[in-house]
Amino acid sequence: MSWNWEVIFESLPQLLSGSLLTLELVFVSLLIGGILSVPLAIMRTSSNPLIRGFPLAYTFFFRGTPLLVQLFLFYYGLAQFESVRESALWPLLREAYWCALIVFVLNTCAYTTEILRGAIQAVPRGEIEAAQAIGMSRFNLYRRIILPLAYRIGLPAYSNEIILMLKGSALASTITLLDLTGMARTIIARTYMPIEVFFAAGCIYLLLTFLFIQCYQLFERRLLRHQQPM
Amino acid sequence: MIDLQGFGDQLLFGAWMTLKVATGGLLLGLFLGILGAVFKQSRWRVLQMIGATYTTIIRGLPELLVVLIIYFGSAGLLTQAAAWFGHEEYVELSPLAAGIIALGVSFGAYATEVFRGAIQAIPGGQTEAAKACGMSSPRIFFRIVLPQAWRIAIPGLGNLFQVLLKDTSLISVIGLEEIMRKSQIAISNTKEPFTFYFTAALIYLSITIIVMIGQRYAEQWANRGMGRRST
Repeated sequence: MSWNWEVIFESLPQLLSGSLLTLELVFVSLLIGGILSVPLAIMRTSSNPLIRGFPLAYTFFFRGTPLLVQLFLFYYGLAQFESVRESALWPLLREAYWCALIVFVLNTCAYTTEILRGAIQAVPRGEIEAAQAIGMSRFNLYRRIILPLAYRIGLPAYSNEIILMLKGSALASTITLLDLTGMARTIIARTYMPIEVFFAAGCIYLLLTFLFIQCYQLFERRLLRHQQPM
Repeated sequence: MIDLQGFGDQLLFGAWMTLKVATGGLLLGLFLGILGAVFKQSRWRVLQMIGATYTTIIRGLPELLVVLIIYFGSAGLLTQAAAWFGHEEYVELSPLAAGIIALGVSFGAYATEVFRGAIQAIPGGQTEAAKACGMSSPRIFFRIVLPQAWRIAIPGLGNLFQVLLKDTSLISVIGLEEIMRKSQIAISNTKEPFTFYFTAALIYLSITIIVMIGQRYAEQWANRGMGRRST
């Protein structure tokens, strides 16, 4: 079998533009999902079963079903309802890009909520009691004590979620988006050289995960600098 | 209630196929995971490198890409190999075989780390005692280390199996008639995408719940030698 380097070099610009879409999807969904997960995680630790129930059902559904099902449910499924097609949101939900983004946000938010919940529950009780003893309000207690500590506890687990999201974003190609995988599949449909093109795409993914992990380690070291030996 | 318009049994066939590919992937993945852990802890540099390369590459690639590479990539290689033996036709793996290999390979990469941690948690004195009794290395591994490692590995492996179950949906992309593919077929007839994709989601959720219960039994089984604990 002859290995065709030429096709790799020729498809590189397209693959790189696909990686930009992949990165965009991952960053935006991690950002919005991360913000949304904070209130949900706090609700999840509530002592009231009604408040606890909603995020529980939400995370159970999004963590218990495949990302592919969620994507298809939103992209193809919602069109079944007349009311959705006539709503103001339809121009948005009709677009594969927005559907993918919404689903990725909801998906990563569910996983992040669970990570953050575990972290909030792992905050030492003494810290919370001390804050209460000096008369901190509940809002201040969360802002100053619980959340900053919880972020640091949840950091290692969150790095896995980032990688999962990066790899999950490949599914955007199944709803016609031209992300890195989507681009690779389009090039293959034209050139019939699956091994070379997938090899190139795989190398880019490996490079991206490598860069993600390196950046994250720097970030983690900065946030946890108070734990480092002098 | 959800009206499946007579496609219910098709979805159940799909669920059966999902279970088949998941079980196949699990068995292959467990084998690769144990092998990977042994390689990574081997005294030989070459084996260590093979183990490290395997886990680094597979864990860095999207599962969808692994599925596509194995399905389309193997076709080229197999056709080429067949040509050397004088077979001139196009050869490819069936979607089921490609799916089992793809899922098994990615499960194995993560399982390698789980098994490695579990094996390292077995006190070294146990291996030394077995060696003092004159057991051979493979026998020490299968009689002393592995039975105890299961106990530590099963919670981690259970999580990985949940991931694997959800990844089976990716095999629909190469045409395996599992839950997702069957739903797509039903949808092309009924034009009711939400109904069927939602049913598919419910089937995945129920399988997840069953696996969680199964995992609890597996943990009890692996802990059988540990005596009762008051928790």
